[in-house]
Amino acid sequence: MKLLYFPGCTLKTSAKNLEKSAFAITKALGHELVEMDDWTCCGVVSSLSDDDLMRHLAPLRNLIHVEDQGENRVVVLCDMCCNTLKQTNLRVKEKPDDLETLNLFMDRENDYRGTVKVQHFLEFLRDDVGFNVLKKMVKKPLKNLKIMPYYGCMLLRPREVAVDDAEEPTILSDLLSALGVEVVDNPFKIECCGSYHTIQEKELVSRRAYRIASYAIERGADAIVLSCPLCRFNLDVRGKEAEKMFNGYKQLPVFYYTQLIAVALGLDPSVYGFDQHAVDPTLLLKKKGVLEVVKNI
Amino acid sequence: MNKKLKQDKEISKITFKKGELAAEVEELSGENVFGCYQCGTCSAGCPYVEDMDLTPDEVIRYIILDRSEVLNSKTIWLCSACFTCAERCPRDINITKIMEALRQIVLRHKIDHTKAYEIPEKERHMIPQIAFVSLFRKNIG
Repeated sequence: MKLLYFPGCTLKTSAKNLEKSAFAITKALGHELVEMDDWTCCGVVSSLSDDDLMRHLAPLRNLIHVEDQGENRVVVLCDMCCNTLKQTNLRVKEKPDDLETLNLFMDRENDYRGTVKVQHFLEFLRDDVGFNVLKKMVKKPLKNLKIMPYYGCMLLRPREVAVDDAEEPTILSDLLSALGVEVVDNPFKIECCGSYHTIQEKELVSRRAYRIASYAIERGADAIVLSCPLCRFNLDVRGKEAEKMFNGYKQLPVFYYTQLIAVALGLDPSVYGFDQHAVDPTLLLKKKGVLEVVKNI
Repeated sequence: MNKKLKQDKEISKITFKKGELAAEVEELSGENVFGCYQCGTCSAGCPYVEDMDLTPDEVIRYIILDRSEVLNSKTIWLCSACFTCAERCPRDINITKIMEALRQIVLRHKIDHTKAYEIPEKERHMIPQIAFVSLFRKNIG
């Protein structure tokens, strides 16, 4: 199946490894991600004031471009983009007057007809591929690994656009179980990572990363798995910086779920992209016997 | 209820007649602030509460009591719109939208909370773009 794919800016820079690994596993599963034409920044955070329609323009324009390509589904890898696109899609469906205003404002674009379904890549794996199918394709079960799933905010809230239950999500732990991983549960899995405060409140974000990861360490986790590029940066880079703030603390490696799937499917190490991480997970994978002595790293 | 908030000169110039603050927040957010019965569930689950000068339930109380110094609170800028409070509120009040309304009141008086040029060069190249776009959308009017 060919899937239209919306990347977003971060997937082209600091999260190239997320994109690369996702492309590789989609291919291995017999599908193909096709990057959409004319995509722009989605605006990242949805407008929360009722009178502010201006901030729905960017996500809506992208949805129009999906329709222009004759598609009614778009797959998104970035949690923040997915959340924003979904929220705008919902707003214009619930308030036709707002849609009319927005359509009139964008006189060079076609009108949005409201036919697009925005889907997170995780939802695609769960609903269209199926974790049981994925399980059958695993070549290297990740048996010795204990991993804590971390959801963050954008996958789960607000509830209208969530991919799973807001308080007790299971989508990542189901995925991990399918890959043969031992799942380590953690109440901090649904708490905010610090989000954009990583720019102005670095220490606060480092403290959050410490709090989330140290609880996982206490429960015996070897690593954290997540899906959002900003959560990855905060838990990985700011977490590494927390080592200087807290005596004896050692940051856990952080994986994107796509990287872990790529490892389990036995794909070539060149698609993992671990070189973009502050804490390189390669050592852990070698220690646990998942990766043998890898030649090209 | 009598915490000392660090006053910002510009923000302190924003004044409201009786009831106007709550009315403006309600118009921007579409939420009923008077529905709050001060149970504190929002504050119990807030990931930033220990760094805040006012807890989220106090913020709502300040709005109800017409205390416009709430606009000086660190709390409204620490909220990163994670929606945990909105999800858990037993009165189904979207506190996340109320925080956004307070930020918007300040920003619409042409007072920015972030100065982009103060971000160090090295960080600019390192941090994901989604963080910058979010920060600018939340903190610059």
